[in-house]
Amino acid sequence: MGGSGSRLSKELLAEYQDLTFLTKQEILFSVHVVLAPHLVDNEQQARSGNEHTGKPIAENTDSSPLSTRAHRRFCELLPQEQRSVEQSLLAQVPFEQILSLPELKANPFKERICRVFSTSPTRDSLSFEDFLDLLSVFSDTATPDIKSHYAFRIFDFDDDGTLNREDLSRLVNCLTGEGEDTRLSASEMKQLIDNILEESDIDRDGTINLSEFQHVISRSPDFASSFKIVL
Amino acid sequence: MSHQVKGLKEEAQGGMKGRARSGSPRTGDRLGRRSSSKRAVKAEATPGRLGAQRSQKARTGDSPSPGSPRRKQTGRRRHGEELGEQEQSKAERTCQGRRKRDERASFKEQTAAPKKEKEIPRKEKLKRQKKPRSSSLASSAFGGESLSEEELARILEQVEEKKKLIATMRSKPWPMAKKLTELREAQEFVEKYEGALGKGKGKRLYAYQMLMAKKWVKFKRDFDNFKTQCIPWEMKIKDIESHFGSSVASYFIFLRWMYGVNLVLFGLIFGLVIIPEVLMGMPYGSIPRKTVPRAEEEKAMDFSVLWDFEGYIKYSALFYGYYNNQRTIGWLRYRLPMAYFMVGVSVFGYSLMIVIRSMASNTQGSTGEGESDNFTFSFKMFTSWDYLIGNSETADNKYASITTSFKESIVDEQESNKEENIHLTRFLRVLANFLIICCLCGSGYLIYFVVKRSQQFSKMQNVSWYERNEVEIVMSLLGMFCPPLFETIALLENYHPRTGLKWQLGRIFALFLGNLYTFLLALMDDVHLKLANEETIKNITHWTLFNYYNSSGWNESVPRPPLHPADVPRGSCWETAVGIEFMRLTVSDMLVTYITILLGDFLRACFVRFMNYCWCWDLEAGFPSYAEFDISGNVLGLIFNQGMIWMGSFYAPGLVGINVLRLLTSMYFQCWAVMSSNVPHERVFKASRSNNFYMGLLLLVLFLSLLPVAYTIMSLPPSFDCGPFSGKNRMYDVLQETIENDFPTFLGKIFAFLANPGLIIPAILLMFLAIYYLNSVSKSLSRANAQLRKKIQALREVEKSHKSVKGKATARDSGDTPKNSSKNATQLQLTKEETTPPSASQSQATDKKAQGPGTSNSASWTALPASGHLPISRPPGVKPDSGHAPSQTHLWRSASGKSAQRPPH
Repeated sequence: MGGSGSRLSKELLAEYQDLTFLTKQEILFSVHVVLAPHLVDNEQQARSGNEHTGKPIAENTDSSPLSTRAHRRFCELLPQEQRSVEQSLLAQVPFEQILSLPELKANPFKERICRVFSTSPTRDSLSFEDFLDLLSVFSDTATPDIKSHYAFRIFDFDDDGTLNREDLSRLVNCLTGEGEDTRLSASEMKQLIDNILEESDIDRDGTINLSEFQHVISRSPDFASSFKIVL
Repeated sequence: MSHQVKGLKEEAQGGMKGRARSGSPRTGDRLGRRSSSKRAVKAEATPGRLGAQRSQKARTGDSPSPGSPRRKQTGRRRHGEELGEQEQSKAERTCQGRRKRDERASFKEQTAAPKKEKEIPRKEKLKRQKKPRSSSLASSAFGGESLSEEELARILEQVEEKKKLIATMRSKPWPMAKKLTELREAQEFVEKYEGALGKGKGKRLYAYQMLMAKKWVKFKRDFDNFKTQCIPWEMKIKDIESHFGSSVASYFIFLRWMYGVNLVLFGLIFGLVIIPEVLMGMPYGSIPRKTVPRAEEEKAMDFSVLWDFEGYIKYSALFYGYYNNQRTIGWLRYRLPMAYFMVGVSVFGYSLMIVIRSMASNTQGSTGEGESDNFTFSFKMFTSWDYLIGNSETADNKYASITTSFKESIVDEQESNKEENIHLTRFLRVLANFLIICCLCGSGYLIYFVVKRSQQFSKMQNVSWYERNEVEIVMSLLGMFCPPLFETIALLENYHPRTGLKWQLGRIFALFLGNLYTFLLALMDDVHLKLANEETIKNITHWTLFNYYNSSGWNESVPRPPLHPADVPRGSCWETAVGIEFMRLTVSDMLVTYITILLGDFLRACFVRFMNYCWCWDLEAGFPSYAEFDISGNVLGLIFNQGMIWMGSFYAPGLVGINVLRLLTSMYFQCWAVMSSNVPHERVFKASRSNNFYMGLLLLVLFLSLLPVAYTIMSLPPSFDCGPFSGKNRMYDVLQETIENDFPTFLGKIFAFLANPGLIIPAILLMFLAIYYLNSVSKSLSRANAQLRKKIQALREVEKSHKSVKGKATARDSGDTPKNSSKNATQLQLTKEETTPPSASQSQATDKKAQGPGTSNSASWTALPASGHLPISRPPGVKPDSGHAPSQTHLWRSASGKSAQRPPH
């Protein structure tokens, strides 16, 4: 890690470690993912080429060396762009590249996640720091509070600060997938949302706000263990 | 208090934090507060002290979780008055104060202007506006003046506070850019004023301390990094996690944990028993117990013999019988029998401690379980997605399972068309349980039968390989075929997979336990038989030696060379026999597991994969398909294997080493197998807290395996001619011996006194009393919990009615009136609910929407004389500066505040 450690200045790395729940290795690895996305893309295509439906995932076992390989190739690439690394930390990576990460690929909330963490004015790309934020929130050691806070923002599809019926129905659709056979019917949907509001909407205003959401989430036995993404 | 209340408190904090990020009151407060306090740093003479402290308090309340804005407002107002006082005293300060108030006013305008929009950029802007100003104020306040003690103290406090901010920054839901600037500002502040702290001789010391603290932080961070790097198989497990979800990964995490525990046990046994014996003990062949008997000598090196742990292996340091009963060995005078005993005890002690500790740490994070049925739908909705899933196939399965669970719970909720099937379901469940009990009894009897038969075989001479290994084979086969049988039977029951998993685990547990205990009982019979024979063998040995040395026809003057150790007749050494049984069982268990994986998973996968091209139906989707990873079976296999290790390690110190190897290989092997030949579960479900369930099972097994070992140590006499305790009446006599010979006499007296039943019985009684007391306390606490929950529900009802009333009221009059009515409502609630701390302005920030009326509302609060009475209405238990209100009132508070202030839709 020494070679790439010098790319990211020591002070910045220390600050990132202070500000996120990530370890040094994780931060450096995410540098690779963001700054050398095409490498990951290549890996990814190589992997997805192997994979067709119904087949077990035997061929994917080689994904663990991904980091080391990406790292090595990243280091090979470095001399040309040595000076620009600091600037490229500020570069914006478009959503498509983030969304094609294998860890996010299957996630129904991937667009929402990117949107919530994006700080660019148009909300269509992630900077490296945004990406670090994302990983930090989804890391193992993040507090349940911050996890539930971001979960709320992810579920809040229209960004209005509360979960209303519209948000909830979109959430249900995300959870049940795109397939026709797994969709819920309109009456089922209504019933479901009614039940959820009955349980969680403490002040009976027809929406779930952040504190109500966190109230519910804090009681969940397994939220913190499943609200995780690891690279 | 118990979990629920803790949860509520956490939630309260969460609410606070949520409030913290919502815009204007906070920034306003901070600006005002900061500027005032900064100013106070410079300007404060004695009269300002009190106010400064107050502002300090307000800030400390704020930075991790902001306290009530209203209180701060009053604080600020008072501070304003102080400023007034100071104005009279010093002229230069007046202009400053005025300027500041101007600033504040202008700031209020700023906050008022963009109040409607509640997007982050606005906050950003405010923060950015605020920052240079406050820092400039701070710097101007400090510019080149000498500092008094109080100021120093204050700066110290501020620095501490900044440090706290730095430490908690990571758990703030801010974007990184903002966190970075905040962090840099805070660090700059700390750097700047750290140097200013401490004068004269204290200064250098202080600087040194700071330096050391920094170094320490850096070291800790590096160490943490190092630690995470040292966790083995992290990538493997994460890979599996992303393909199969967290439930399969939980098995591997458990396996890894088990490996760690076994490594420690291995270190203990290897380092304290085996190595000293090998290095310093008498060498092989010196005494009978360390020599292969003459009759076995020629076959002792055959592989088939070694494979059964007979021959040379039986007479090696791997087994109990090899150890000598010499009190001390080598030039170190190492007390081996004592060490052997203590290691045997500490293996159990360490295992108990580590299991209980990890159970406790698992439970700490979780909240009360009784709560969960209140939120079934919400949990399904908000927490059912497993974000670790990175495989599209698993994701599809997950979609399907979520949909099913939604539909199921809707159906459950409606409670229709379930009624007609209930009798059938009940019948099927009873039938399934009946079948399974039959299976269990059958397997228990089979094992008993086989073990009895093996005792007959052991008396006969030339028995075949199968007859010799019948017990192990039968046990392994049972372990292999019964779980799938149970699973098939469990299909009848139609449980939810998570419940089904629990049942399945319970059944396999019963099976294994039954098998193990039958095995133990049969083994115990064998041991008793051997013990009964021991006396005759002892006599034979004695007489052989006697005859050998006293036989006639030997020159009396020359002492006879000692009898060769291989020729000395010896006892059967039941301890080694038990050790060998466990060793064999472990090895055969391992082999069966691997063969099952190879045949059942890998070959099946290969067959399905390659024969699919030339088969008449779709093998992948149809009948054989790919195997799923059997979590319950694997976990229980692991747990029982560990139980055998615990039981056997006292009689076969080498067993733990074998187990470490086994775990290591099975980690790699199973990782490979699961990735290559298993498919994700059709109904993916999360691990939830089954980790603790595993731990509970492990604890039970540990206890159960402790029992037979303790029994043999306490009540069976050790063999007379093998092992470290030979010649003693009981194994634990070694303790007494050590105490008598090696410790000073008064210690021996103390021990004797401690072992006195007159002391032990009261101690046990005391423990029972303590258990009773703690039990009743926890019961009463849970009752209190239930009552609080009821109260919350009741308040919810009240709130509902309030809401409806208010809705009608607001329907009548529109426009500005909601604000007034809401204020009335809050006041009304305040007076009615005494335990509720003053809530209106505390909760005003719960909702961003409430900001508009909120600020003006709180402003009017401070302007009103009523603000004076508010602290009075505060209950005495609540500290005025505590950010968290009593937890049970929080719901009510946030609810009331919100309903009061939000304009109804």
